[in-house]
Amino acid sequence: MARHGRRLGARPLSDRILKGREMCGIVGLHLRGPALEPRLGELLGAMLGQVVERGPDSAGVAVYGDPRLSPPGRSVVSLLGTSMAEVEAALPGAVAIDAAATTVVHAEVEQLRSVLPEATVVGSGEGCAVLKGVGTALQLAESFGLASVTGWQGVGHTRMATESAVTPEGAHPFSVGPGQCFVHNGSFANHATIRRELRAQGVAFDSENDSEVGARFIAHQLAQGADLEKALRLLCERFDGFYTLLVSTNDSFAVVRDAIACKPALVAETEEWVAMASEYRALDVLPGVENARIFEPEPEVVYVWRR
Amino acid sequence: MATLIDLAETPVRDLNRALHAPQATSWRVLNPRGAHAVACGMREDLAVDIEGHVGYYCAGMNQRATVTVYGNAGTGVAENMMSGTVRVRGNASQSAGATAHGGLLVIDGDASARCGISMKGVDIVVGGNAGHMSAFMAQAGRLVVCGDAGDALGDSLYEARIYVRGTVKSLGADCVEKEMRPEHLMELAELLKAADRDEDPATFRRYGSARQLYHFKADNSAAY
Repeated sequence: MARHGRRLGARPLSDRILKGREMCGIVGLHLRGPALEPRLGELLGAMLGQVVERGPDSAGVAVYGDPRLSPPGRSVVSLLGTSMAEVEAALPGAVAIDAAATTVVHAEVEQLRSVLPEATVVGSGEGCAVLKGVGTALQLAESFGLASVTGWQGVGHTRMATESAVTPEGAHPFSVGPGQCFVHNGSFANHATIRRELRAQGVAFDSENDSEVGARFIAHQLAQGADLEKALRLLCERFDGFYTLLVSTNDSFAVVRDAIACKPALVAETEEWVAMASEYRALDVLPGVENARIFEPEPEVVYVWRR
Repeated sequence: MATLIDLAETPVRDLNRALHAPQATSWRVLNPRGAHAVACGMREDLAVDIEGHVGYYCAGMNQRATVTVYGNAGTGVAENMMSGTVRVRGNASQSAGATAHGGLLVIDGDASARCGISMKGVDIVVGGNAGHMSAFMAQAGRLVVCGDAGDALGDSLYEARIYVRGTVKSLGADCVEKEMRPEHLMELAELLKAADRDEDPATFRRYGSARQLYHFKADNSAAY
């Protein structure tokens, strides 16, 4: 906004401001009861299928509560670039599940890092598994076997890469704290500065990706005792750029948008579920959507739903 | 009898192609399910009823047609409309009526951010609230908000006129409240009538450009 009495129109209105340009798609589903839990993967896959055009490069999902991927009480690690066979050779007896580019292993993350120091960990913790890869969301959902996945919460992302390379590592969700997932549509402008500050405080990074900085920032705040609401408020204060974020943890589902709110977001809420998506068509696949309360999250307002 | 098109069976492209060379004047569109670009680029006196929520750019570039959406509309409903009427019975997402040159856009519910951004002659009536940065760089036309307006209303406004009945969270750069003269009450009454609304024009306030950004000021050179 032109605070110095200068007309913004001195520069051409960017299409991004004018029309909320497409760049990545987000979907998320938080179930409020057990009735739809058997259908979580199927519904999440159907939602993702509606936002493929927003991000055809790569995709990823995180699912909470699937008894095969993340049995109760077991520590789960999601790995990229390491096959099931390599895991079994390095850690005999460990349960490893092949999900296309991702291998899900039931083991402690420290234990896995000690035997496979080169492996790329894309998620760890109890109760949640992260699956990601390059290609369209539909191909990936098929290769992950997403339709048969069950659980109480899921988030997904389709990526149109702008800030770094198209690799499975660059796909969202970014999961850098136990059971935490961070999904981003947009781009952070000051990520290099914040990465430098976090590194100085001992935070390690896997990539040069701007979204990873957001995820590390949230994980760092949570580790220091902030609750999710406060961590997201601090992110709004500290980060410049465009963002619609969907952040999930082992008990929460949260949405926040930047002050300008160019990046689209819709929330739909019923007695049975809360869902968030970049576009309405992704919500339209959900049972009971015709009776849902549908709204757009207000800019810089943190919305948190707890289990 | 309206010609029925069910988007569960017919692709949007086929619908738009049919509307561009119309064999009927009255149309009913079923199952839009959030599809983009529904009923765009029409140039004839058609009546198109859309039963459900639509995605981006519904009724974009409209000329002469009357479009009613019985649901919510996504980003950019009636963007670049030239003439005709578009009515959204539910809420509209951001940039409703963006760059539109003419016609009437009525949103019975709320309009989200940047409603009427860069509008160039369209009339927009919002029954509920309008989001932040509405009428951003609006050049011509009228924006009526029967509810409240969000932050930075009318930022960098040119000659569009804005009427708000409720509160304005903040005014954008160069947007000021102006006196409501008889001719304004008259045009507002006409706009409300055209939108089938019964609010009293006397309960609105008028906003417009202070015209301080039209010319470069040497005082501001440090800001560039």
